[in-house]
Amino acid sequence: MSFVEYGDTIKDGDTAIVFLGHESMFPVKVQHGSVTQTKYGVIRHSTDLIGKKYGSKVTCSKGGWVFILHPTPELWTVNLPHRTQILYSTDISVITMMLELKPGSIVCESGTGSGSLSHALIRTVAPTGHLYTVEFHQQRAEKAREEFREHGVEHLVTVTNQDVCKNGFGVSDIADAVFLDIPSPWEAIGHAKSALKAEGGRICSFSPCIEQVQRTCLAMEEYGFTEINTLEILLRVYSVRTISLQIPDLGKAAEDNSSAGFDSSNPSDQGSPGTNLQQGTVQFKSGVPLREMVGHTGYLTFATKSLF
Amino acid sequence: MAVEGRLGPRICEGDCAVLKRGDVFKAVSVLRRRKITFEKQGFYLDNAIGHMYGTTFEVTSDGNLQPKREVEETTTETKEAGTDNRNIVDDGKSQKLTHDDIKALKDKGIKGQEIVQQLIENSTTFRDKTEFAQDKYIKKKKKKYEAVITIVKPSTRILSTMYYAREPGKINHLRYDTLAQMLTLGNVRAGNKMVVMETCAGLLLGAVMERMGGYGSIIQMYPGGGPVRAATSCFGFPKLFFNKLHEFPLSKVDSLLCGTLSTETLPSEPEDAALAEEEMNGLVDEKQTSVQGTEEESSAETAMEINQTEEQETMDINVEDAEFKENKERENKENVREKQRKQWERRKKLTEAAALLREKNADGLLVASKFHPTPLLLSLLEFVAPSRPFVVYCQYKEPLLECYTKLRERGGVVNLKLSETWLRSYQVLPDRSHPKLTMSGGGGYLLSGTTVVLDKGKSDSSNLEALKMEEPSSKRCKVQDLHC
Repeated sequence: MSFVEYGDTIKDGDTAIVFLGHESMFPVKVQHGSVTQTKYGVIRHSTDLIGKKYGSKVTCSKGGWVFILHPTPELWTVNLPHRTQILYSTDISVITMMLELKPGSIVCESGTGSGSLSHALIRTVAPTGHLYTVEFHQQRAEKAREEFREHGVEHLVTVTNQDVCKNGFGVSDIADAVFLDIPSPWEAIGHAKSALKAEGGRICSFSPCIEQVQRTCLAMEEYGFTEINTLEILLRVYSVRTISLQIPDLGKAAEDNSSAGFDSSNPSDQGSPGTNLQQGTVQFKSGVPLREMVGHTGYLTFATKSLF
Repeated sequence: MAVEGRLGPRICEGDCAVLKRGDVFKAVSVLRRRKITFEKQGFYLDNAIGHMYGTTFEVTSDGNLQPKREVEETTTETKEAGTDNRNIVDDGKSQKLTHDDIKALKDKGIKGQEIVQQLIENSTTFRDKTEFAQDKYIKKKKKKYEAVITIVKPSTRILSTMYYAREPGKINHLRYDTLAQMLTLGNVRAGNKMVVMETCAGLLLGAVMERMGGYGSIIQMYPGGGPVRAATSCFGFPKLFFNKLHEFPLSKVDSLLCGTLSTETLPSEPEDAALAEEEMNGLVDEKQTSVQGTEEESSAETAMEINQTEEQETMDINVEDAEFKENKERENKENVREKQRKQWERRKKLTEAAALLREKNADGLLVASKFHPTPLLLSLLEFVAPSRPFVVYCQYKEPLLECYTKLRERGGVVNLKLSETWLRSYQVLPDRSHPKLTMSGGGGYLLSGTTVVLDKGKSDSSNLEALKMEEPSSKRCKVQDLHC
């Protein structure tokens, strides 16, 4: 296993995802002799995990079962230990595409935070690219380094513990793209510009508040960035349900023998119209929006560093 | 100029490039002495050759391109502006220059910048407008008269925005942010072995190829006579990227899954005429059954100025050949040999793709087509290894509802999610920030999930359990759950 390469079987030292059902899962570090408790009972790593195929069904001690999944940056994002507020896959997707990232890209990021975006960036720029990530909080920087090591991607990332607004990214004229998720991104735009290659590159700044965006856009303009564009992406999730709606009794049933008056998608009703019309229902499948959705994560401001 | 040596790539003859004016893009091939029409302007790209990507050009009066250097804005003298528009009357006479005057200025070859200045000076109401209104006026005029074109390197970002704006019908209205979700949810990266089924002019394929950077392999499943790759060719990928790009006809998926695929038994020698003919007839049948789809796709292709795929050409010749074989036999002996060679190569590629699929260990499946997704998913998922992501795009939600239900019945999948993204753009200007007036009404829907080992023996009971586990609905869902 590695976060940048699929493996078929679960090995000692892997980070695996235990999937219990309906978006209920957690990460587990696979170790010989170790055990993991779930609501379905105990999983013994040596016998239940190591050597098994990723995607297998594993029966726990109480007879219940779980699936063991191969880690991906997306699964990690929903399972990682939060040290900060994190970016989710919806924003990450747009950031990755709009920054034009691909294998070989050099990216600068700040702050590292919990490493949710970092894992996705590393996945995309591997095997020849590199991520330079800057985190001013020493403990978080250290924790991120440790995670990258455990996940087999340390060769693709450099974590620097400094203040990006004061000291920049620690590299210059090297990056294809820069990403900022800090409280005052406008203070880092100058550093971002010098980190980017002379031939140009892309920048993105993530901010929850419009006032932050305004200051950032002004700074970007001041530093000669072009194509400045702010957007917001919202995810709508639908739950798939079979809905049945009752047919109202309009008193027609007794005299009118034909059910052609309404559109019933339940053909069995048509055999005996009238008699059981009062209890008659129409069934259909629907994608029902969740009762609550994320209405705002942050504004994404993109811009291009031009050639001249 | 000497400094530029160490900078990025230069525009070369034969390159695939993208022209950009404002937010409008157009993909072109860089060719000498070839007139390009873009945003109502005709010009030649000859002078752009040798310049760096990202250079901005002006169109000169003789239709050539001339690099534009950064000019410091000539700020209008002492700024004078009104506070409101209570005294501004729309009498249609505020602009003293007539249409003919403006045309005369243009014909004289006067620079756009100067025309804008003239328009401002000859507008009687300009000074009374508020500062913001003046700003807006200048921006509008600049857009019209100061035509500058930037030549940029193609990328998924640029091509997907371009296709969505110019020809959404050809990519099944797959909006660029939806495409972005597909690439992420599908964990597309270097080294993967991906199965892609698309009828998006090759845009999705191109996006996948970009993210894989030439590492790993892709098997493109195609309907009809051959894969459409009009958009793929706009990316200008190096040849190396195509080495591990395979294609396999959808119409042979069933026989591959049943183990009755004919190519397996075919000898690898190109000389075997009888078998070659059999294969040829097979192709003719295929053509007839799928003729509608193929026609639609090829007409879709022409508009993007890209030539048809080799496979399609070869096939057309084959059909013709079968019909007129007797008449043409003598003259065409050479041609026939050439065709046989191509056919043999084609069959060899088919055999390779079939072998890759037969391993049933693909690292992911992406589907974005005009076809009903359910049968595609139920069959193509067979080729995917356990614990791998899959993503299906559909312009409409309803087919994905059915697909969701059928996948649940089949089993072997977890983490099923039906989703849609909304994209909202903002105008950000001092004291004038707000969401843009219009936004896209729809960019399609995605059904995504992860494969798991399918235990066929007791699929019924496990399905029940899966339903019990996964169906619990939104009531329980907290805000945090929605993120994933």
